[in-house]
Amino acid sequence: TKEYSLETQWMIAVRDQRDKDAYLQLFDHFAPRLKGYLMKSGMSDAQAEDIVQDAMLSVWRKAHLFDPHRAAVSSWVYQIAKNRQIDVIRKERRPVPEELRQPEETDEDASQIVGLEQELGKLRDALQTLSPDQRQMIEHAYLGELSHKDIQEKTGLPLGTIKSRIRLGLTRLRHELKGLNRS
Amino acid sequence: MTSIAHHIPDHLLQAYVAGSLNYSMDMVIAAHVSMCDECRSRLAAHECAGGAVLEETRSVGVSGSMRANVLEALDAPCSTRAPRRASGVFPAPVMEALSGQPPKWQKMGAGVRQSVLHADKAGSVRLLYIPGGQAVPDHGHHGLELTLVLQGAFADEGGRFGVGDVEVADDSVEHTPIAEMGPACICLAATEGSLKFNALIPRLLQPFLRI
Ligand SMILES: [Zn+2]
Ligand SMILES: [Zn+2]
Repeated sequence: TKEYSLETQWMIAVRDQRDKDAYLQLFDHFAPRLKGYLMKSGMSDAQAEDIVQDAMLSVWRKAHLFDPHRAAVSSWVYQIAKNRQIDVIRKERRPVPEELRQPEETDEDASQIVGLEQELGKLRDALQTLSPDQRQMIEHAYLGELSHKDIQEKTGLPLGTIKSRIRLGLTRLRHELKGLNRS
Repeated sequence: MTSIAHHIPDHLLQAYVAGSLNYSMDMVIAAHVSMCDECRSRLAAHECAGGAVLEETRSVGVSGSMRANVLEALDAPCSTRAPRRASGVFPAPVMEALSGQPPKWQKMGAGVRQSVLHADKAGSVRLLYIPGGQAVPDHGHHGLELTLVLQGAFADEGGRFGVGDVEVADDSVEHTPIAEMGPACICLAATEGSLKFNALIPRLLQPFLRI
């Protein structure tokens, strides 16, 4: 598993061994980023800390649901924190899709995991090459600051390169989803 | 579920991931994704982009006391209820809103029934039961409307919608969905603001029916 990113290695150790040292590494990597992210979206220091605390605890408690074939650690943590943020703002549980059932035997397909990470690396590189304006628009969109109308009207939003990166990643994700049995 | 022809448009999936929709829209999108692998993977791709944005965000130090709280809580027992699963024609997020109970139907006339799952200032989401061959009362919209078919099928100016299909309508659309002959059509419908019914009587009933 040495080919995996550090984050993925830590997350797998948390999931499979309940490894607290690995968890601390994850905490120290993601908690400050999450706090920065939440404050950027307009929350106070204290509100942001509350959500980071809940989200990071969920990372520990829901670790058994983490599947590196389907999600990068960063996207998994992003969605946990996002859902928690919305629950707090709305004061009720946000509707979320049904979790896919994990297959009984989780044979790890290293090439799949590495492939997904490479796609993500390319996605991040693509983000770096955007003009500051374009980058800011992507940030706003994923901070939740644009309405669905804004997103629809700013047709250039996912912006060429990003869109094609996502699409590439999709073929992999789609392939992976087919292998999972449901209900 | 390979027969789904009408999916969630990309800008709505992105808005869902970013959390910029309302509860009612979230419900329909979560329900459709529960039934549709294609939209599930497109959603995952947007989460990847969200994660990439998170990675690039400038860090803000967290307090030592919060960090200590979290570490202390790791060993504490936690009792989280397992999320509800789909049941019958109802996807998991709908069963969650129904608290695991069958829907309580309310008669709207002509055999049409509804069960309001949620209503707030931003919009509402309901189950609709339309007997085969019956029409949903003619209406326009104040904003976005998403209709997901859970059983049967309906057709209107926008095409034919079968199980798993989502119709996206907005202010510019006035449509009259008609259930196909055969088993009743059951839909999950979310609207922004309130619906505008064109026939006089339904409009009078609107406040009572919470449409
Ligand atoms: Zn779909
Ligand atoms: Zn309509």
